[in-house]
Amino acid sequence: MEKKKFKMKRTNASQAPVPVRRKGLMRRWFSGIPLLGWFSGILVAVLLEHFLGDALTEVLGLPKIPVLFGFVTMLKKPALMPGSLVFIVLVYLIPVAVTARLGASAANAVAARLIRRSVGLSAGIHLLLLYACLHIWADVSAYRVLTLKLTLIAVMLTLSLNVINGYMGEFSCSHPGFMAVGAYVCSVFTVGLFVNDRIFGQALLPPFLAPYFFPVALILGGSAAAAAALFVAIPSFRTRGDYLAIISLAFMFIVKSVIENLEIIGGPRGLGSQPDLAGLPAVFVWTVLCVWIINNFVRSTLGKALNAVRDDELAAEAMTVNTRRTKMTAFLFAAFWAGVAGGLFAHVLRYVNPGTFGIQRLAEVLAMVYFGGLNSVYGSILGAVGLNLLGEALRPLELFKWILIPLLLILVMIFRPKGLIAFKEFDPKRVLMPRFRSE
Amino acid sequence: MALLQVEKMTHYFGGLRAVYNYHLSIDTGQIQGLIGPNGAGKSTIFNLITGIYTPTEGDIRLEGKSILGYKPHEVAAMGLGRTFQNMQLWRHMTVLEHVKMARYSKLHYGLLGAFFQTAARNREEAESEKKAHHFLKMFGVDHFADQNIHNLPYGAQRRVEMARALATEPKVLFLDEPTAGMNPEELKQMVATIRRVHEELGLAIFLIEHRLRVVMELCESIQTLVFGEVIAEGTPEEIRNDPKVIEAYLGKDLVE
Ligand SMILES: Nc1ncnc2c1ncn2[C@@H]1O[C@H](COP(=O)(O)OP(=O)(O)OP(=O)(O)O)[C@@H](O)[C@H]1O
Ligand SMILES: [Mg+2]
Repeated sequence: MEKKKFKMKRTNASQAPVPVRRKGLMRRWFSGIPLLGWFSGILVAVLLEHFLGDALTEVLGLPKIPVLFGFVTMLKKPALMPGSLVFIVLVYLIPVAVTARLGASAANAVAARLIRRSVGLSAGIHLLLLYACLHIWADVSAYRVLTLKLTLIAVMLTLSLNVINGYMGEFSCSHPGFMAVGAYVCSVFTVGLFVNDRIFGQALLPPFLAPYFFPVALILGGSAAAAAALFVAIPSFRTRGDYLAIISLAFMFIVKSVIENLEIIGGPRGLGSQPDLAGLPAVFVWTVLCVWIINNFVRSTLGKALNAVRDDELAAEAMTVNTRRTKMTAFLFAAFWAGVAGGLFAHVLRYVNPGTFGIQRLAEVLAMVYFGGLNSVYGSILGAVGLNLLGEALRPLELFKWILIPLLLILVMIFRPKGLIAFKEFDPKRVLMPRFRSE
Repeated sequence: MALLQVEKMTHYFGGLRAVYNYHLSIDTGQIQGLIGPNGAGKSTIFNLITGIYTPTEGDIRLEGKSILGYKPHEVAAMGLGRTFQNMQLWRHMTVLEHVKMARYSKLHYGLLGAFFQTAARNREEAESEKKAHHFLKMFGVDHFADQNIHNLPYGAQRRVEMARALATEPKVLFLDEPTAGMNPEELKQMVATIRRVHEELGLAIFLIEHRLRVVMELCESIQTLVFGEVIAEGTPEEIRNDPKVIEAYLGKDLVE
């Protein structure tokens, strides 16, 4: 249905002559550009900023490079608005558009050759390029690095919650709890092994081994979260009915208060001094892994069984689907990724406390799932990136931020009740394909 | 030994006796009909045999083995495929996905394949897709394969549901009023399709029907159910002439 709507819009745009001409022009200008072309354009833009950004800010009278596409600068000091806008146009918009357009045919040729070789190779090169863009962009300031890492972690959280709330159609509230379990288990492991700590004593292993053990720590954190998920899953999926929402909410509060009362891991004061292991490459790789594996899952018949269970459980059973196992597996799987995200989160901030994993985090991640779109990988990425960046960009507005963002969410819920990009399958092959220019 | 055998099956919903002392015996290749007025308990019998409800009393055996107490998905995998009276389809799935889903129990790639696109997964998914297209072609709905189920006309949805049931490769196919809500043209096609499927696959079919013409035309043996009890059983000819059936059920229908 979504697809059909989209198609209709497109034909309308190309047929109806007068009212949508401008849009048609834009669309024609940007049609036929493959993903590779866009990534190249972005690479040019971030390189420009990297090498010429400081010089340009001086010319434009800006104190420093606008850190989040000028939003923060403009909201803080409206007088700098013209300068910031010019900076954005000169450094981002024009280079991206021009490179993407002029390089389109070359990019198409390369994309075609790559995909013919193998989808995996093409995906790998696209990801390298994407990583290069992100790395160079973030290199400008520590703030950007942090924002980017937290955004990537939000993508993992959102997508894994979407498996339950979107693909499976149940309402789970326990994600902050799983995240907390992952964060603490992972931290205890790394702090215990590699840090001279008051609580856990001398480091057991030399610090240079730490990066090799970090994946183990994350998997351990994820597995612990999945094991904890059993406490929610077993009572909730025993019978049919809407127990999950309430049980999972209770679980979240229980995890929080258990941690608050465990003095050995810092209690309410939290746990710090995690080794510096979650660099941008690590966070990026784990995010890609998470998206890839979840996408593989939801596109397989085993994963589609979640949709069948959601849309009609009885019919799923009658068609040989083991619905209970399907639900349990998906729930533990989602909890695993929330745990991994928690482990990364703890090592990005190098400090965690139980207060981080409460109702506010739940509201955030639920908002990202429903804003981005149910049952959709695109949706979760858009929701997490969109709301995270928006939250950062609107930070100067202080109190008004908490009015604007909910307002936006309400609007989305009214006009697109299932989220911005709901029920759209993410097919890597189609994303990486060359594009042909439409007339 | 019959393929599917039900003995002394009784079921209560609380105080309501929905099915009483029900017997059934179906052989391979047989088409068995079940008729009866609204609320007689026909669908309940389907639900009991396919494991959705557990009978209060009685036994159900498939190829001599009792299937009592198994979950519906296990019973389905053992060879009882079904459609539903009010078509139970999956709102957000395509036609192809519907039929592929019915091959769930035949996939062996496991979670590893689901997470990592192993060779086994790709092979099994491709094979299941081929099979799915085969069943869709059989019902003349293959051209809808990539459409969302809700974009299809009613008759086509019914066909997809039947293709989906057959994709489980059942030994007995349960059809709960397959012609409900169809116009005469669709009805004629459906009867022809059921007959063709029966001939091609040689499976046993257990059919609930409201329209007597359809049962009379398709079935070799018919049971008439009233208030959960079989009041008459026999060939279409015998049923047509049974005074009890005429009284309880046929009377008003013959006039129609
Ligand atoms: N889950 C249930 N709980 C309680 N009562 C039920 C349940 N399912 C069916 N019944 C009752 O059992 C009786 C038989 O229902 P059933 O649906 O089997 O009839 P049917 O012969 O299929 O009728 P129809 O021709 O209308 O489909 C009815 O009185 C119905 O109300
Ligand atoms: Mg019925």
